[in-house]
Amino acid sequence: MDEKQDLNNSGYEIPEELRHQVTITTLEKIYNWGRSNSMWPMMFGLACCAIEMICTAASRYDFSRFGMEVMRPSPRQADVMIVAGTVTKKMLPQIVRLYNQMSLPKYVVAMGACASGGGPFKEGYSVVPGIDTYIPVDVYITGCPPTPQSLINGLNALQKKVMNEKMSESGWYAKEPAKEVPIPVLGPDVFDPRKSELIFAETHKQAETGDDIGEEGEPK
Amino acid sequence: MSDSSIQIEPSSADSTYNDLIAQFPGLIEMETRPGFTGVVVSTVAIRKVMLYLKEQCGFDYLTSLTAVDDFPEDKIELIYHLYKTTGSPIIELKLFTTRESPVVPSVMPVYPGADFQEREVWDLFGVHFEGHPDLRRLLLWEGFAGHPLRKDWKEPLFEEDVKPFKSRWPEGKGIHRESLNPFNDNVQYPKEFDPNGFTPDNDESVYKILQSKIPAGSDDLKVEHMIVNLGPQHPSTHGVFRMAALLEGEKVLALKPVIGYMHRNHEKIGERNTWLQNMPYTDRLDYLSSMSNNFGYALAVEKLLGIQPPERAEFLRVMMAELTRIASHAMAIGFLLNDLGAFFTPSLYALEERELILDIFESVAGSRMMCNYFRFGGVVRDITEADFKQVKKLVEDRLPRKIDDIDLYLTENEIVQARCEGVGVLTAEEAIAFSESGPMLRASGVPYDIRKADPYSIYDQLEFDVCYRQHGDVYDRYLVRLDEIRQSIRILQQVIKYMPQGPIQTGKVQYAVRVPAGEAYGRVEGPRGELGFYVVSDGKANPKRYHVRAPSLMNCTGLEKMCVGGKIADAVTILGAVDVVLGEVDR
Repeated sequence: MDEKQDLNNSGYEIPEELRHQVTITTLEKIYNWGRSNSMWPMMFGLACCAIEMICTAASRYDFSRFGMEVMRPSPRQADVMIVAGTVTKKMLPQIVRLYNQMSLPKYVVAMGACASGGGPFKEGYSVVPGIDTYIPVDVYITGCPPTPQSLINGLNALQKKVMNEKMSESGWYAKEPAKEVPIPVLGPDVFDPRKSELIFAETHKQAETGDDIGEEGEPK
Repeated sequence: MSDSSIQIEPSSADSTYNDLIAQFPGLIEMETRPGFTGVVVSTVAIRKVMLYLKEQCGFDYLTSLTAVDDFPEDKIELIYHLYKTTGSPIIELKLFTTRESPVVPSVMPVYPGADFQEREVWDLFGVHFEGHPDLRRLLLWEGFAGHPLRKDWKEPLFEEDVKPFKSRWPEGKGIHRESLNPFNDNVQYPKEFDPNGFTPDNDESVYKILQSKIPAGSDDLKVEHMIVNLGPQHPSTHGVFRMAALLEGEKVLALKPVIGYMHRNHEKIGERNTWLQNMPYTDRLDYLSSMSNNFGYALAVEKLLGIQPPERAEFLRVMMAELTRIASHAMAIGFLLNDLGAFFTPSLYALEERELILDIFESVAGSRMMCNYFRFGGVVRDITEADFKQVKKLVEDRLPRKIDDIDLYLTENEIVQARCEGVGVLTAEEAIAFSESGPMLRASGVPYDIRKADPYSIYDQLEFDVCYRQHGDVYDRYLVRLDEIRQSIRILQQVIKYMPQGPIQTGKVQYAVRVPAGEAYGRVEGPRGELGFYVVSDGKANPKRYHVRAPSLMNCTGLEKMCVGGKIADAVTILGAVDVVLGEVDR
């Protein structure tokens, strides 16, 4: 086992006869150890990758061995959102809303090429080139779709990340409530409210020069 | 169960065309372009002609309705494919309209199955269908700027008209395409768009339609009506499917499927791709049965190329397609039981068998799900002796036993019977009218199976029965799937017995095929029904039009009819029995 993940290395000497009964560790370590071994994914599939996620949950690969014990249909009860599939513009507001509804601490795994960067459909007009343009992602998994083995590997990577977190630095004990990601709006194209200044400036600049990227030619 | 399957009648489509031209003088002409078939109907006559075909000639089934943009000419073609469910060749009608003001009469009064397809053409081509009762955008959202499948409409990350793109070939120096976009994202906005003053549609149009279905209240009983959205994120919606339902208590008064949450622009990307580049994209349409999708696309393009795969390749193709059908149907049964509340236990049985089939796919094609196994004129790799033995062991020993097990556990189960019998009924007439296909059509008592009705590949040499049932409810759909698994095993046993030796590819393997100009409609009986590919070539390295007639989308047309009047809990069961795959519904 990884040294960080081993509970029994606090530096205190445990007498030989108590070795298998007593563990001395730090609060932080046992807290992270507990959390990392009960990562409940949200039952939330988008596309092809969702089928591989189901296969990973089923009897042959069975990711509950690693603590992804139950899939929760409700975002309130889930710890990790596995974005399994192509994120389209029409679905984007819902995904961001689900992310906002998850309670802290929350993690996001981008499963497969589409969720990580648009994948084979990136050039399409209604595909978001990676979910990380809107919400923060902790682990990216390659593959189209990733095999169950690589999904488990990705979730193990997330567990390692959780083991290395510090309570003092974690955002979820802060006094003020967590900041929500603004929900993207479906207009003539999807737009991120955080970028409205830029969008306003760009669309009005084009109007002056008469250069319209919306209809023809190369975007500038 | 399986006696009177439908065979195609020998008369060709030409006699129907000649009959039409005689019936409607001056309104119908023969298609004259080389490589193209069918008749061109004038816009004013289309509904009359359709009615004549349906009432007088017996062409009761509208299978595909799509459009082709003839840019730079000011012309959009609409293409209708029809046949008889009692067996007939496909006939093709065409209609020309202008790009400037495309208005055509809707054929929905004649063929209700045109509903979603007309909405799709409106959404992606901007053709207005006069008389369509609910002409909203289907795949994109209300307020989206432009109609993307028009040839002069460019997506935000547009590079070049056709692939391979210069930026990726031959140097292949990678750049982030988004970094060239002013917003650093895959978006574009019209001139003077003001995001701050913008109010989105927020699906008001869907709710308006639903609210219009509220019956005028009687004075003595006050009933509260409620609109409930199931999905797009819902544990039993089979992907990102959304149903907006108007409820009175638990009773469904109206229900509208809202789709497009996984619209991945297959057709736009497909028209930029070279012919062969589309093959891996077809895998991702119906991602539970990628081999069948490959099959359909390969058939369509082979029709244009005029080539035939060698015999061993045909056997391999049928073997893979039938293994896919077993895996897909097993999964459909498992997930139907999920929807009934038997949460995941039956699915685990189904997934166990599916994994064994996926092992074979992984070994033969290189990938578990996205097989990309077919090529024009053959298949990409031969099967090894060890894999062949594995298939043999599976279909001769294990699968028949396991299917009997599933049958034993589920079919006579009291809860399954109580929840499924008489639920979501579609009569044969309704199923045909809504253009349902596959197990949905056959469960309603129409024994139409393309493998028998219009045999492709080697299906005419194989012995199997067309499974159909009479009640048209969820239970019969389940039984038809179970029967079909057994028939697939029967086919596989014959394939294994008669598998010939020989080459697996006609001619040389070509990466850039030149396809002669023309059009073709290739169709296969996929696990979910008629999977059709309509392709148009103008002789270049890329398809001019690449359209997928997706069975999952078409099977959703009857969803409202099946759900209305029932309980909302049954709507979930009905959707499970339709067995939609969202990759194919939204494409």
